[in-house]
Amino acid sequence: MSERTKLLTGLGLLIVLVAGGLGYIFSRPAWTDAELVTLKTLWIGSLPPLAPDPSNQYGDDPAAVELGKKLFFDTRFSSNGEVACSTCHDPEKGFQDGLPLAQGVGTTNRRAMPIAGTAYSPWMFWDGRKDSQWAQALGPLESPVEHGSSRMYYAHLIDEFYRAEYEAIFGELPDLSDRSRFPEAAGPVEDESARAAWEAMSPADRETVTRIYVNMGKAIAAYERQIMPTASRFDIYVQAALENDTKTMNATLSDQEVEGLRLFIGPANCTRCHNGPLFTDNSFHNTGVPAADDLPEDTGRTQGAQNVLADEFNCLSKYSDAEPNECDELNFMVSEGEELERAFKAPSLRNVTSRAPFMHAGQFTTLETVLSHYNSAPAAPAGHSELEPLNLSETQLNAIIAFLFTLNSDITSP
Amino acid sequence: MQNKALKTILTIALTAVITVIVFILLMPILGPRFMHPLMAGRMESMHGNSAAPSGLDYATERTTDNGTFKVSFSSEEPISINQMHTWTLHVETADGQPVEDATITVDGGMPQHGHGLPTAPQVTEYLGNGDYLVEGMKFQMGGWWEVRFNVTAGDLNNTITFNLTLEG
Repeated sequence: MSERTKLLTGLGLLIVLVAGGLGYIFSRPAWTDAELVTLKTLWIGSLPPLAPDPSNQYGDDPAAVELGKKLFFDTRFSSNGEVACSTCHDPEKGFQDGLPLAQGVGTTNRRAMPIAGTAYSPWMFWDGRKDSQWAQALGPLESPVEHGSSRMYYAHLIDEFYRAEYEAIFGELPDLSDRSRFPEAAGPVEDESARAAWEAMSPADRETVTRIYVNMGKAIAAYERQIMPTASRFDIYVQAALENDTKTMNATLSDQEVEGLRLFIGPANCTRCHNGPLFTDNSFHNTGVPAADDLPEDTGRTQGAQNVLADEFNCLSKYSDAEPNECDELNFMVSEGEELERAFKAPSLRNVTSRAPFMHAGQFTTLETVLSHYNSAPAAPAGHSELEPLNLSETQLNAIIAFLFTLNSDITSP
Repeated sequence: MQNKALKTILTIALTAVITVIVFILLMPILGPRFMHPLMAGRMESMHGNSAAPSGLDYATERTTDNGTFKVSFSSEEPISINQMHTWTLHVETADGQPVEDATITVDGGMPQHGHGLPTAPQVTEYLGNGDYLVEGMKFQMGGWWEVRFNVTAGDLNNTITFNLTLEG
């Protein structure tokens, strides 16, 4: 073999090596071990089986699920006969309404939250003023701008339309036919006549009615508990990454989406709040979101913490089925301090791209605005923002948005 | 003669190039441990600013700031983010005597993010033998956390700070 041939063979080998190597590098995202650990924590396969809700003994009762589902969609449970839970939590829209402020019989001061996966959350609402799904469900029913009526009114509806189903789950429904004891509408609500009627009732009768009301909440929660996101493209990708299945990885996410994911778990700091398989820590954060125009001052968790401690339906209340030592979240909650000021709950990012407008009062209409806010980290209108400027490029922000689309999936419900 | 020199130069060049390429190819397998410190630094900064300062003491048994107490903690389960869990705190004097009847308060947070703990943990029970039950422990993100215990027993008072790094 001539020197020339040897040299050419060597060069040829080198070219093959370089081409192969480059191909290898570019075809494989090369996640580090630490990144793979993070990816696994975000994977839906890491979601533990749903533990029973100790405050709701009917939470996993199939009959309660059935009844709860009917109540969830029943517009009779409102002052104008047009509002059900599903009005603002529309299954067609991922159990939300796509509006900046929720519209019941009136307009609320906050955006309707999505329901999927909230069975895993210790706190409900943007400010966490409720600590279970059943206690949450009872809030809007007596809000003057949501369902707009009262627990006495709803108890009569249960009596009229759901007596058999109710009794099969909760036992005998007390006789509510004496209208002098059980007026048409009564409850601890804003409406003056309903409130006066409530105060005129005997404590024992009020207790009877409140028990029925609580059971309604527990049935609705039994239904809501099973509203869950399913595996998304992101989850298929992570599963492939954990199995080192490069082919599936490449077929599942585009380069831009992978780049977005890399930024999401890295320099964009998203996983500081949006972590775990539901992409939320279910905790409260001040991210400097601007105050919405024309709305009263909103202190977020500062007020929410006081409300949940005082809530008649919290985990420690007599209506809860939990023992006091099963109420750890309430027992060990942070109830005051600067960090709560204008802090709002981090929502799950699963299906987020179909949930415009964004933030607690729909302040941002597009994901571009949201990302640009996180990128520039403006000062909070009150309290202290946890954000730091990210200084990411527009290309990088667009990659993150592309990645967020990979979190979309069907939502299952009973 | 000229040919031979050219051959030597080419061989050296090729060897160098191949070495570099092989190293780059092996990088995903070797991991960042063997990277040049400058590159490793860049990788860390690419991971946000969540890298904890080097030289932190992650021991689960430590002596308090002024040496009054020896304190150690244990958690029944591995600590994972967003899970409420309990710790057992063992407190003894510098010479190894269990400390009974101590009043202990808990706080902590993430020094790099400027926030505290998401919960308000408390010592709820004395278990005997210098062991105290700490309930309500929770961490809501991965990274470097500090957990501080202030221990008061009789006239003695001192603070211990533990460092933890959590995945997530």
